[in-house]
Amino acid sequence: MMRGIYKSFPGVQALENVDFDLRAGEVHALLGENGAGKSTLIKILGGAHQPDVGQIFIAGKDIHIHSPGDALRAGIAAIYQEFNLVPTLSARENIFLGQESTTLGFIRRREELRQAEALLERVGVEIDPDIPCNQLSIAQQQVVEIAKALSLDAKILIMDEPSATLTPQEVDHLFEVIRDLQQQRISIIYISHRLPEIFQIADRITVLRDGQHVATKETTDVTRDTLIEMMVGRRLEHEFPHRDVTPGETRLAVTNLCRGNAVRGVSFSVGQGEVLGITGLVGAGRTEMARLIFSADEPAEGEIVLDGQRLKIHNPRDAIRAGICLLTEDRKSQGLILKQSVVENFGLPNLDHFARLAFVNQAQEQESLDKYVRILRIKLANSRQLVANLSGGNQQKVVLAKWLERNCEVVIFDEPTRGIDVGAKYEIYQLMNALAVAGKAIIMISSELPEILGMSDRILVMHEGRVTGEITDVEKATQEQIMHLAVA
Amino acid sequence: MRNKFSLFATDYGMLFVLLLLGAFFSGMTIARQNPTGAEAGRQLAKQILSQAGSQRHVFIAASASPDDKDFAAQLERTLQDAGVQVLATVAGGPPDVRQALDKAIAAKETIDVIATTQTAANWKLLAELGTRMPSLAKTRIVVPQSYWWPNFLKRDNLSNVAAQSAIFAIVGIGMTMVIITAGIDLSVGSLVALSAVTVALCLRDLCGGFEATVWGMVFSSLAAVAVCGLAGWCTGLLVTGFGIAPFIVTLAMMSVARGAAKILTDGQNVYQVPKSFSLFAMGRPLGIPNAVILMILLYVLAHIVMTRTTLGRYLYAVGGNREAARLSGVPVAWVLIFAYTLCGALAGLGGVIQASKLTSGSPLYGTMYELYVIAAVVVGGTSLAGGEGKILNTLIGALIIAVIGNGMNLMKFRDFTQEVVMGLLIIGAVLIDVLRRRGWKILPTN
Repeated sequence: MMRGIYKSFPGVQALENVDFDLRAGEVHALLGENGAGKSTLIKILGGAHQPDVGQIFIAGKDIHIHSPGDALRAGIAAIYQEFNLVPTLSARENIFLGQESTTLGFIRRREELRQAEALLERVGVEIDPDIPCNQLSIAQQQVVEIAKALSLDAKILIMDEPSATLTPQEVDHLFEVIRDLQQQRISIIYISHRLPEIFQIADRITVLRDGQHVATKETTDVTRDTLIEMMVGRRLEHEFPHRDVTPGETRLAVTNLCRGNAVRGVSFSVGQGEVLGITGLVGAGRTEMARLIFSADEPAEGEIVLDGQRLKIHNPRDAIRAGICLLTEDRKSQGLILKQSVVENFGLPNLDHFARLAFVNQAQEQESLDKYVRILRIKLANSRQLVANLSGGNQQKVVLAKWLERNCEVVIFDEPTRGIDVGAKYEIYQLMNALAVAGKAIIMISSELPEILGMSDRILVMHEGRVTGEITDVEKATQEQIMHLAVA
Repeated sequence: MRNKFSLFATDYGMLFVLLLLGAFFSGMTIARQNPTGAEAGRQLAKQILSQAGSQRHVFIAASASPDDKDFAAQLERTLQDAGVQVLATVAGGPPDVRQALDKAIAAKETIDVIATTQTAANWKLLAELGTRMPSLAKTRIVVPQSYWWPNFLKRDNLSNVAAQSAIFAIVGIGMTMVIITAGIDLSVGSLVALSAVTVALCLRDLCGGFEATVWGMVFSSLAAVAVCGLAGWCTGLLVTGFGIAPFIVTLAMMSVARGAAKILTDGQNVYQVPKSFSLFAMGRPLGIPNAVILMILLYVLAHIVMTRTTLGRYLYAVGGNREAARLSGVPVAWVLIFAYTLCGALAGLGGVIQASKLTSGSPLYGTMYELYVIAAVVVGGTSLAGGEGKILNTLIGALIIAVIGNGMNLMKFRDFTQEVVMGLLIIGAVLIDVLRRRGWKILPTN
């Protein structure tokens, strides 16, 4: 279907002679590390980019896609991580946005409603089509996007990381929807970093690496390890690096942390060199709890004690001064200033280190950044490059670099490896271990249970704002055990 | 090479536009220039010396106008310094000149050259000298030579342009900072009026009106800047403390400040200000108006703050992504309050300059200035979305706006036309900026 695709951007060969074919009614997973060229490929299909060289055929017909409109007319619809929904409009209005059914310019509301209900029924969910999208859950919004694609009579559906923000149950439901679509001979290109999901849903798998096509295999012909090997191009010894630290005495202790219904009386402690994993379903209050410690929204009720001293934290600035840093789950909207360069982002929390009498010592700042670029193996053209132009993994490394320079005593990671490829994940785990060795207290919030099980010394499970379980014997813990606590 | 050029072009493309405009208006305003005053005196002295050496006897005649008096005085001084014998210097009407000439003839002096101005040379007495005073038939009459030169590039005009742009440019510093934080300040025009009124009232009521001392003027100016800084501070508090949109807060402040200026003065002009107060902005001890020097100093300072200091980084960070900046420990509220306070204070300074320029204070000063200042910032390429922009480009933007106004005045366009052109300029500048961001594609790919 796509043959010999080449695409280059200034300084980068994003795709080099990539072939890709999709059968009717199959789920085809597209795998690869960040920067492997997956996004570029689907953006070419979706009409956001044009290939330098190469052809696209649909049902044997040579298709030229110059704009998203062309792609839609060719029956290709894409659902990106950031949904294309207008939050204040209802599900129905979103589904028919741009293709309203009208009589003399008046919207035929009843007709639309009937069609919307039919579409939503086709994907097997019950959503009131007249509820504004910002009142729907992420999973429901996703379904609205799918319904919208169906309304456009899409034959090919591209789903970019559809499960990234869903809870396990929601993912299960998404898979039911996908299987339904398969029955209707709709082809799906499925992009995800979660290998177990891919084994569950995909018929075939294509792996890209450094802009080149590595292999296309039937799912039944590959194992997890061979997939990782194909993606990384080298063998990873283990997914999670070994750590040789015995947690020491308590460093951070929080007691009875409260905020409305989101966080209800959370108490825990983290020791020296300890990695405390915190998990739970989306909405369990994990992120809210972390932001509360950091006073990101409002000062916390409850007590926060670091190294025996009670902290008075009124805003993030206080928290940072006290030696606590928070790596937010959403790096694009909260962790980085995308309009600014790498070095400016790196310097932001550390300007007091680099400034003499309010003048920023740019040479020192640059030198310090260079050090982290080496240690973290950040791939940059140069440090004046806009951080927006880095891949997800490299962006996360820039966030890490800025907080490492801060040398905080308590490091809170919120979904540290979301949307990051396997190789970069491993490096981030190694770094976490290095922090533990240095005696820091580490809190890792994650929805990915293998990660929680692989990295934590101790696990807290949260549900509806409360800690519903603590697992101290991580070696023997299972995902099922955690899920039981999470749905408490 | 090409890369470097395009970098320069995107960073300082507006400088190029400014130079083009300058060239255009220079070309359109070339005219025959008749030197006047001291400058004419110097020029004519040079001419006489080069033609005749120092052996000649020169008689200087000029009319009684101030320019001609300057001319005569300067010429006499320069010639005497060069050792030329100046028989007499007359600045008056034709009868005075006639009398002086008769006296010289009576004293048996030889008059080789009569140096005079264009105006005086047209008097019947001098134009028909040979027939009216036959004894002087051989005497040559010299006048300053006229020459071709653009009106736009005359020294006086250029310093006028600079002075015109000074107020917009100075207020533009604060506005650029506010816009970089993703805000806007609509109150600056009204604050210019409030400040001008405050300084004039302080001088009239507290410092003795026309007799005010230098210290009185300094005090009044500082008071005016402080009042406007306070207004800016209030804006900042409302924006940060209550999260009201800057557009709304400053729209309200615009109305409040203008109204306050009118209340304070009862809607009247306040002109009881010492003449010497105009020296604050328009005096030129260094050859260019003080306001321009002040403007240059402030820009150097602001450029350093924005590019080298923690505060500058914070301003960009708050505008680029307020949430990320806050979570990185940036004191967002203080940064915003600073920006609005400074913007208010600089608008106050602009008002003081305005009052000094016009030696009076009126509640109607600064009308529409907020739009001109925002235009200067936008023409300078600062994005209204915040987080981006260069302070020096605002200076270029302010100069562009002043040059267009001045150039069109020189070309004798009417005010109305100027307003249309100014509007088109703003659209053009934003269009260029949008296209640049998009990589010069005319339409989006959808």
